Amino acid sequence: MQIHNSCGLCSVTLSDIQVVSGGDTILEHVNLQLHCGELTALIGKNGAGKTTLLKAILGERQYTGTIRYQDHHGDPIAKPKIGYVPQQMDFDRSAPVCVADFMAAARGKMPVWWKLKQKEKMEIHRILDEMNCAYLAERKLGALSGGELQRVLLALATNPVPDLLILDEPVSGVDMAGLDLFYKRVTQLRDRYHMAILLVSHDLSLIRRYADRVVLLDKTVAAQGDAEAVYQTPAFRSVFGYLEAEEAASCK
Amino acid sequence: MQVIYDFLEMMPFSMFSYDFMKNAFLAALLIAPLFALLGTMAVNNKMAFFSDALGHSAFTGIGIGVLLGMDRPLLSMLAFGIFLSLVITKVKAANMASADTIISVFSSCAMALGIVILAGNGGFAKYSSYLVGDILTVGSQDLALLLAVLIGVYVLWVFLYNPLLLLSINRSLAASRGVRVVLLENVFVVMVAVAVMVSIRAIGVLMINSLLILPAASARNITHSARSYHWMTTVLALFSSVTGLIVSYYQNTSAGATMVLTAAVLFLLTYIYGKIRK
Repeated sequence: MQIHNSCGLCSVTLSDIQVVSGGDTILEHVNLQLHCGELTALIGKNGAGKTTLLKAILGERQYTGTIRYQDHHGDPIAKPKIGYVPQQMDFDRSAPVCVADFMAAARGKMPVWWKLKQKEKMEIHRILDEMNCAYLAERKLGALSGGELQRVLLALATNPVPDLLILDEPVSGVDMAGLDLFYKRVTQLRDRYHMAILLVSHDLSLIRRYADRVVLLDKTVAAQGDAEAVYQTPAFRSVFGYLEAEEAASCK
Repeated sequence: MQVIYDFLEMMPFSMFSYDFMKNAFLAALLIAPLFALLGTMAVNNKMAFFSDALGHSAFTGIGIGVLLGMDRPLLSMLAFGIFLSLVITKVKAANMASADTIISVFSSCAMALGIVILAGNGGFAKYSSYLVGDILTVGSQDLALLLAVLIGVYVLWVFLYNPLLLLSINRSLAASRGVRVVLLENVFVVMVAVAVMVSIRAIGVLMINSLLILPAASARNITHSARSYHWMTTVLALFSSVTGLIVSYYQNTSAGATMVLTAAVLFLLTYIYGKIRK
C-alpha cells in the first residue's frame, strides 16, 4: 500500500453481509464502511456476532454479501492484505517454535524446517525492532508474556503494511501500561501509514480515547458514529445498560 | 535393488544374510522419516488420539476389502482411512461435542465394525498379524510404495509446512495470511491416513500410533526451534526403528513392538535430559 494523505477514497465496504450457521442467523444486513486513516471500534455484547464478522472478513467463515476494498484512486484492490492480531493464542505453549520460526512461517515460502536465510532473519529482526522486541527473536513463542506476544503479533500484522488491520480484543493478559503503549503504537501506525483499523474491544473508556468511529453490533449494525453519539443511543443503553453508559460518560 | 542388497551384505550384521531382513531394514528406513515428519505436526496439533483412531479404523478397511474379495486389502484400507479422516475433521469442525468424544465414537465404531466383519468371515485369527504387524514379510513392491509415499509427503512438506505451522498456532491468523485453512486441514489428515495405511501391515494396528507420536514427543523435550524439532524427530525415529529391528532380530522379539519400546526409552531419556537442563 502506498503511503498517502487522507483522501476519503480508500476504504473497505461491507454490503449486506449475512452469516447463517445451522439455521441460526448470526449476522444479517450488515452494511459498514471502514475508512483508511480511521480506527473503527466494533462493540457489542457477547454473542452479538463480532467474532463472526471478523472471521467473515478474514475469509475463514462463509458469508453472503460483498466486501470491497478500494485504494486511494477509488480502484478496487484485487488481493487485499489483511493484518490480524488475534484475541487469544490458545496454541500449544510447549511446542518447539521460536518467534523467528513463527514470523518466517507467516511471511515466507522457504519451509522453516529446511532453512532460515540470513536475509530473512535480518528482515525479521528489523520488523520486530519496530515494536522494540528484536530481542525476542530466538525466544520460544510459548514462553512469551501476554505483552511480548502482543508486540510480536502487531509487528507481524503490520508487515507488509496491510490494507486493513484487525485487532481482536488484543489486550488480554496485558497490564495497563502495556495497554496504553499498544494503543499509542496503533494510533501511530494509523497516522503514519494511513491504514484502516478495525478494533474489537470491551473497554469503553479506551475506545472513547482512541477510536475515531464506533460501531455497535447486535446481529446487525445497531448504531454507528463517534463514541459520544453511539454511547447516547437507546441501542447502546439497552445493550450495555445505564450503568456502563454512565461510567463511559464519566471517564471523558 | 541388487546394489542396495549387496551394500547391506557388506555390513557387519549377520541379519543381512537374509533377504527378508534386508527388506525389513529398508522398510524401517522409509517408514521412520515418513512418520517423523507427520508426527511433528500431529503432536503440535494435539492429534495423537486422532491418529490412534485412524490406525484402529484399518480393521474396517481390511474388512471391506475382504468382503469385496480383495487379496491385499490396501486399496480399501486407504479409501476407508481417507474417508474416516475427512469425516472426523468435518464433524469436529461442527463443534457439536468435544473433539476427543467425537474421535472416540468413530474409533470404536470403526474397530468394532471391522472385527465383526472379519470374525464373520472365517475367524479373526487369520487377520491377527495386522494387530502387531509383520515387517519381515515386506516385499519389494511394498518398499516401492513406501518410497513413493515418502517422496510425495516430503514434496508436499516443502509447500505445506509453513502454512501448517501457522495453522497449528492460530487458525484465524493463518486465514488472514491467505491460508485456505479447511483445505489445508483436510490435506494434512489425508496425508496421515495414507502414511498410516501403507505402513500398517509392517508395523501393526496397535503399534502404528506410537511410531507417529513418540519420536516427535521425545524431540520436543530437547528442542526449541522448528528446525531442530524437525531434524531431531527424524534422527530419533530412524535410530529407534533401526535399533528396534536389530534388537528384535537377535532377541527374537516382535519387530514393531521392539521399535516402539526403543522409542519409549528415548522418550524417557530425553524427558530426563530436558528436565535436568532446565
